[in-house]
Amino acid sequence: MHAFRFESLTLPPEAEEMRRKVRAFLQEERDTGRYAAHRTSWSTFDPEFSKRAAKAGFIGMTWPKQYGGGEYSNLQRFVVTEEMLAAGAPGGAHWIADRQSGPQILKHGSERARQLILPKIAAGECYFGIGMSEPDSGSDLAAARTKADKVEGGWVINGTKIWTSNAHRVHYLIVLARTEPLSENRHAGLSQFIVDTSSEGIEIRPIMNLSGGHEFNEVFFKSCFVPDDMMIGKPGEGWTRVTGELAFERAGPDRFMSDIRLLVELVDKIGREPNERQAVEIGRLAAHFATLRRMSSSIAGLLERGESPVTEAALVKDVGTAFEREVPEMVRKLLPIEASLDDDDEYSQAMAHVLLHAPSFTIRGGTPEILRGMIARGLGLR
Amino acid sequence: MEDMSAIVLEQADRLFAQHIDKKVLSAADAGQWSDALWSAMEDAGLPLALVPEMKGGAGLAPDVAANLIRRSAFHSVPLPLAETMIANALWTDAGGEVIAGAVTLAPVNPHDRITLASNRTGATLQGIARHVAWGKQAPIALVLASDANGNAFLCRVPTGKARSNKTRRNVAYEPREDVDFGGVQLAASDFLPAPACLDADGLMPFGAAIRVQQMIGGMERCMDYALSYANERVQFGRPIAKFQAIQHMLAIAAGHFAAASAAGDALTETPRLGDNALAVAIAKSRCGESAGQVAALCHQVHGAMGFTQEHPLHYATRRLWSWRDEWGAEPWWQEKIGRMICEQGGDGFWPLLVDPPATAGAA
Ligand SMILES: Cc1cc2nc3c(=O)[nH]c(=O)nc-3n(C[C@H](O)[C@H](O)[C@H](O)COP(=O)(O)OP(=O)(O)OC[C@H]3O[C@@H](n4cnc5c(N)ncnc54)[C@H](O)[C@@H]3O)c2cc1C
Repeated sequence: MHAFRFESLTLPPEAEEMRRKVRAFLQEERDTGRYAAHRTSWSTFDPEFSKRAAKAGFIGMTWPKQYGGGEYSNLQRFVVTEEMLAAGAPGGAHWIADRQSGPQILKHGSERARQLILPKIAAGECYFGIGMSEPDSGSDLAAARTKADKVEGGWVINGTKIWTSNAHRVHYLIVLARTEPLSENRHAGLSQFIVDTSSEGIEIRPIMNLSGGHEFNEVFFKSCFVPDDMMIGKPGEGWTRVTGELAFERAGPDRFMSDIRLLVELVDKIGREPNERQAVEIGRLAAHFATLRRMSSSIAGLLERGESPVTEAALVKDVGTAFEREVPEMVRKLLPIEASLDDDDEYSQAMAHVLLHAPSFTIRGGTPEILRGMIARGLGLR
Repeated sequence: MEDMSAIVLEQADRLFAQHIDKKVLSAADAGQWSDALWSAMEDAGLPLALVPEMKGGAGLAPDVAANLIRRSAFHSVPLPLAETMIANALWTDAGGEVIAGAVTLAPVNPHDRITLASNRTGATLQGIARHVAWGKQAPIALVLASDANGNAFLCRVPTGKARSNKTRRNVAYEPREDVDFGGVQLAASDFLPAPACLDADGLMPFGAAIRVQQMIGGMERCMDYALSYANERVQFGRPIAKFQAIQHMLAIAAGHFAAASAAGDALTETPRLGDNALAVAIAKSRCGESAGQVAALCHQVHGAMGFTQEHPLHYATRRLWSWRDEWGAEPWWQEKIGRMICEQGGDGFWPLLVDPPATAGAA
């Protein structure tokens, strides 16, 4: 079986140097009480944090300087990403723009879109949402029905997107829409657009999630105009574009580190002398974690070499999110402490926070059932 | 360099394929030692793969040696090749000359201790080592023993001098002997101060490191069998590979295999595969877990056919079930990792896993 080798990666000195830099930044953030790590994660939306992170050079790191980037390597960016995750940094405001929208615009956007948007993202002032899912099109993304019709100077979008994270507080959405009627080839006739959320013809309705939070939304487009140069790529390229974007979305360490802070809190709570069961289970989770981290860094290496590791990313996301889901299930058996969001105990709060978000880990960004189909294709089974 | 290692692996692969078939494996199941296979491996220099060239070995880089062990396990080599590779690496490291023939390692079990008392002509050993691989058939055992002052020694012991208390087989039907070294006399040239890489856990990290590489090779074999079987076996008018349930089982197995390989790769960043005890602990526990899952999933894909003597899947899966338990099953290593992490506290969790000190011991 020759599929899926995750080659070892030794991080170069400049990446380790970057690690020292970002650790110092994050230490200062916590020392000055700017965020509370036991209650935050990469999906916590905090524009002030994003601005400070941008100022320190941690957003748009790999992009050209002319667009506000830092021209660092993917490996330097990888280190910053994993350190932010490990520290529970509230990077939710800029996360999607930095991880996938910006790179997408840099690679396939018009020159005007690049100049208008990328420097603002890199400054930590411009945030993005993902407009893929629709009420009747979740896993089956190609079933998207939102449509864009050609008009003078641009396109007019009509339709509904759903589960759009942060739509109510971001500046743009990248929207997948049909630019040609559905035909035999379901993947044909789709296109991607950068849509300004302050445009006429957009209505955003909140959907509360089970933890009581307002993170995702339903977004209605009613004759919403988008100028020509806000299309990403050419008309009809949407499916290829969206697949490429999903590779960015799935490839990173955010797909197994969502609840790392709970592990950290657990270790502190248990203290220096764990009983046998606690030691064994912490050791087991750590072995899984350390291994996932190796796999994830290997993907960063592939990205650095200019490859697009779509299937590898799907595999790491599948293994990684299964791990994320298991953490709260295991943790609750190791200490007789009940989860509660308003307990004074930080550990109890961390447990509650993770428990209430865990179901989404294996849904957002594509479900295991879908990812396993991609892996099976890579194995030659379909 | 890369070409050289590809050639070494290709040749070894061919050698294994040429000398190992169902007949050889079922003879091994019946307790037979394959001289022909051992001679062929020896002629090719494989037992000395990890010994530096200046000491008469092949001086293979650790990643090539790891791949060699994986390939040997892919073919279910029913002989202590990997043990001999590590034994020679450690013995020459301690200053000894390379040892001819198969060499096994003892003690294997973390609770077994062998003691050494020196005298005018050499030394005398005491103690029992359980579950020693081919403890009677391998002519030499490399034994870790300590004297009354706690100094550790590596001893080259002809197994003919020791008593085998009980011959048992693991579930791969490979011999695992309980060997009594009591009263064995050693000449002065047969024991040397243990090299510094052997810490309080003795041979455990080295034995575990070879089982890790073997499990990866064994899992790859299982995956190969299962992928071909899924594409060939037709039910309900189509190959079972077309059923989503089968695809998902194999995708999960592929995830386990990929994780195990990544964990095993971490051991190739030090000269002797077992030098980084934390990485070994992580790899042995991660691979052990994967081995169980991959074996179960691949059996499921094979239906009743996989449960037969006839189909060769069992040569691979029975070895996986044995290897995951030998040289410390998952919990033994996990507990070490867990204690090490708790010792450092929550803030130490991430740095410990991200920048592990090169020579850190999990002890
Ligand atoms: C917290 C959160 C944030 C999100 N943010 C965004 C966002 O910002 N933008 C965006 O566009 N989307 C977002 N999503 C949506 C997410 O991408 C979809 O939920 C996901 O792709 C699954 O689609 P669905 O919910 O419609 O489930 P469905 O597709 O209806 O699936 C339901 C169940 O059926 C299974 N299933 C479906 N098809 C198959 C198949 N072929 N074989 C086997 N099983 C199958 C699924 O695996 C799942 O278990 C978010 C979701 C969550 C939970």
